[in-house]
Amino acid sequence: MTIVNDAVDAVIVGLGWTGSIMSIELAKAGLKVRALESGPERTNAEHVYPKPADQLGYSVRQKVFAKASKAALTVRHDRSQTALPTRRWGAFKPGDGVGGAGVHWTAVLIRPTPTDLKLKTFADQAYKPGQLQDDLQIQDFPVSYDELEPHFDFFEKVCGASGATGNLRGQIQPGGDPFEGPRSNPYPMPPLQDTLNTTMFAGVAKKMGYHPFPNPSAAVSGPWTNPYGVQLAPCNYCGFCSDYFCLNYSKASPQTTILDAVKRMPNFSYRTDSHVIRVDLHDDRKTAKGVTYIDDKGQEVFQPANIVILASFQFNNVRLMLQSGIGAPYDPATGEGVVGRNYAFLSNGNATLFFKDKNFNPFVSAGPTGQMINDFSPGTFDAAPFGFIGGAKLHSSQAGGAPIGMSLPAGTPSWGAGWKKGIKDWYGHSMKISITTTCMSYRDNYLDLDPTYKDPYGQPLLRMTFDWKQNELKLQQFLRDKVLAIVKELGPDSYTESFLKPDAHWDTTSYISTHNVGGAVMGDTPKDSAINKYLQSWDVHNVFVPGGNAFPQNFQANPTDMLGALSYYSVKAITEQYIKKPGPLVAA
Amino acid sequence: MKYTSFAAGAVLAASVFYALPAHAQQPDADTAQIAKGAYLARAGDCVACHTAPGGKPFAGGLVIDSDVGRIVSTNITPDRNHGIGAYTEAQFSAALRDGIRSDGAHLYPAMPYSSYSNVTDEDVHALYAYFMKGVAPAADVPAKTVLHFPFSQRWGMVLWNAAFADTRRFQPDPKASAEFNRGAYLVEGLGHCGSCHTPRGIAMQENGSDASSASFLTGGELNGWPVPSLRGSTAASKGFVTWSEAEIVDYLGTGRNAHAAVGGEMKPAVEHSLSYLTDPDLRAIAIYLKGIAARTASTTATAGKTAATTAKLSAARDLTPGERLYLDNCNACHFVGGQGAARVFPSLDGASIVNAESPTGLIRTILGGAATPSTSRSPSILPMPGFAYRLSDQEVADLASFVRSGWTNQATAVTASQVGTIRATLGAH
Repeated sequence: MTIVNDAVDAVIVGLGWTGSIMSIELAKAGLKVRALESGPERTNAEHVYPKPADQLGYSVRQKVFAKASKAALTVRHDRSQTALPTRRWGAFKPGDGVGGAGVHWTAVLIRPTPTDLKLKTFADQAYKPGQLQDDLQIQDFPVSYDELEPHFDFFEKVCGASGATGNLRGQIQPGGDPFEGPRSNPYPMPPLQDTLNTTMFAGVAKKMGYHPFPNPSAAVSGPWTNPYGVQLAPCNYCGFCSDYFCLNYSKASPQTTILDAVKRMPNFSYRTDSHVIRVDLHDDRKTAKGVTYIDDKGQEVFQPANIVILASFQFNNVRLMLQSGIGAPYDPATGEGVVGRNYAFLSNGNATLFFKDKNFNPFVSAGPTGQMINDFSPGTFDAAPFGFIGGAKLHSSQAGGAPIGMSLPAGTPSWGAGWKKGIKDWYGHSMKISITTTCMSYRDNYLDLDPTYKDPYGQPLLRMTFDWKQNELKLQQFLRDKVLAIVKELGPDSYTESFLKPDAHWDTTSYISTHNVGGAVMGDTPKDSAINKYLQSWDVHNVFVPGGNAFPQNFQANPTDMLGALSYYSVKAITEQYIKKPGPLVAA
Repeated sequence: MKYTSFAAGAVLAASVFYALPAHAQQPDADTAQIAKGAYLARAGDCVACHTAPGGKPFAGGLVIDSDVGRIVSTNITPDRNHGIGAYTEAQFSAALRDGIRSDGAHLYPAMPYSSYSNVTDEDVHALYAYFMKGVAPAADVPAKTVLHFPFSQRWGMVLWNAAFADTRRFQPDPKASAEFNRGAYLVEGLGHCGSCHTPRGIAMQENGSDASSASFLTGGELNGWPVPSLRGSTAASKGFVTWSEAEIVDYLGTGRNAHAAVGGEMKPAVEHSLSYLTDPDLRAIAIYLKGIAARTASTTATAGKTAATTAKLSAARDLTPGERLYLDNCNACHFVGGQGAARVFPSLDGASIVNAESPTGLIRTILGGAATPSTSRSPSILPMPGFAYRLSDQEVADLASFVRSGWTNQATAVTASQVGTIRATLGAH
């Protein structure tokens, strides 16, 4: 017997970053809003100082992450293989619970460049036909940097973004990123403090003609009160950031920026441990009538709603669309269909430099502590002669100093007395230089429903078909040379390196980053995208799908700033246009 | 199963009005009086005592265990049989301002009628409109108040009133500004600040009801929490009396400011009452309080002492147990300078709770933690953890003793037995 809830104007599936933004903005517009969060409640009081300073509990045992038993998907490298389920998180680690990935993220809050958003246009201009591999399926975002700029600006105020401005209304500023798009306002807060590794990296980078700048941070450098009146506390560089709930109210998260404000609103409510299994459509399949979820007692509940916002994690948004019949599933054989199309990930690589006589004090750090250069992003250098498109942010970051899994010089035993000696001798004596790369979209990197494996609710798992392509492997080799040139300049006693080999396949077991994108991408036409520029489903007009799923391919910048800006852009259209005249906001 | 079909246009357009209060659409004199009364009821914080935890608003039932016995608040909803629905405005006024129930019996001064006596006729009229028409009636019957002898004799309140009650209406000071007078009206009247901030005498009476009394609002202790003086006559010129008008407004309106965060018994006062006041009323209160503060000389220059504590904690060598405990437990937020961070982490240097003669409030906060209230101006609930689970009585004593003597602070040391006594009371909850 299905329980039926009181009807709401808007139901929000998932209460992470995008769900929180949608919730507060729709509630401010007067709508009756209800958020359904699959995971548990997570509050500041529960993760209070010093409890999160626990590497084993939070990072190794993944306290604030989704459980694979509930959120697994299946993976394979290509269509000839049988996909197998992820039984523990490896290459990526999705969050769950209130706050979602906004709880465990590292808090690098960086904008994509204007070129990143119009990559297809750039590719057509910068490359001759045949220079790039032919299964490439890159597209422009259907919004421009200028359209999104006010929303980046606002979201950065929500987060108390701390950084060095590089381009203020067209004027290049010293100390910032000269390749960034113009900002209408400077960063709300000054950058975080530097550490020894960032100073060394920035010094050498500058000497080599690059343009280093502090990692843009959403761990705030001082006390900040945001436009909702919600407060962040100055980061104390405790070293427990990425993988952890911030113990100091310093890292921007839904908890520290939005939730205390929206929870006060009488027209907003939320339910935790409420797992949405599908969006229910009307018979004409042009509109949704609500969502069905399994509540904390295992009961099936129907939540009627006039607007459905899918604000879950990227691949769960795609899965819900596939399960609910919203948009045609993508078929890589024919290239037809859009839901599941253009799944992309990212790669990283690094060199670890060991210095016997230097103390890097890695325990003193914020997650975003670091300096980076944007000299190798699309449009800032000429990649055409190398036969690839893409780039990376190249950085020296020091995100934490927790000891489990720390890097040791080549030849150190990985267990026993030798390992202990290695830790004792080398803790705090190494720094990293890293790349975080773009990842293009391809005809046969995609998502669909697995034919075999089901979750505890009897729903098919999402199947991820993905592998590295020659374009990304060439990019890695190109960037490896750039990193090693910097290493040489820094002159460590020794170093180790980790980059993709030219014949590498995607390793699903070791962590890369949780920047999964695409699968329900935004675009100009329903032929090559599942949602329009307002993140509205082309097929079911009262369903909006904010999330990483909207990216047609992955840029080198971390995704959160873009997710925030897109959510504000979308919710503005909903409150100013859609609720007055429901229907498609873009003619198909 | 069938659901109502999608009619987005009509439904959405209608629901956008959801958040608008009903009276916004049909303003009239009655509605304005009710709204005014609701605001004044906030200023009087009636809800704080007249609502049981989790109970219906104003339906009474809150139990206050005091030295004189168990006081239970009454139902003041407009229910005719169980509340005050049958009260005339004159009877309402007599209860509010003179402490006399509709049946002629005397109220106990847990009801601050000595302060409410200042309320003007006009404001009584608005409050009456609100309690009759703006509050939902509830038929709840709270338990009876049971006091020890001789307080159990209600007739005795005649004598008490004759000796201690001040039933005069508010008289503005013609020489003072309108803002000062508005502040005085709120503080001495509906705000009944003296209930906590003015020390009480032998018969539980407040020693002074306005600024003409030297002990009015000079603080003391309440339910184990130190109550700071609002008039600057404590030993050290620290805490509240050093704040600017703007800082007082910020504190009262949001529960936090550049120096402090509200805790103890003041937290609900901010949460349920003061945070609802308008900026001009909060400013009036600040102007009045600044105006009646005694001008004590500031303590001797202590910049050197602050620098010494900061330097010692920064170097972290040859630490006392208290200093080490501070670095390991407190420094992450309050920092080596003890200054915390504006509006998020209270300053420990110069804080009145730290420097209070009695360390009980500080000990309770270390053991049990604290959290800022969520207010419309500042929604963030920022918790400080309690350390009872990880620090022994001796450790808390060492830590509190250090905090009370570090930087510019000058207060007596704390003993493990003081901590143990308070830990026992917290454990009982």
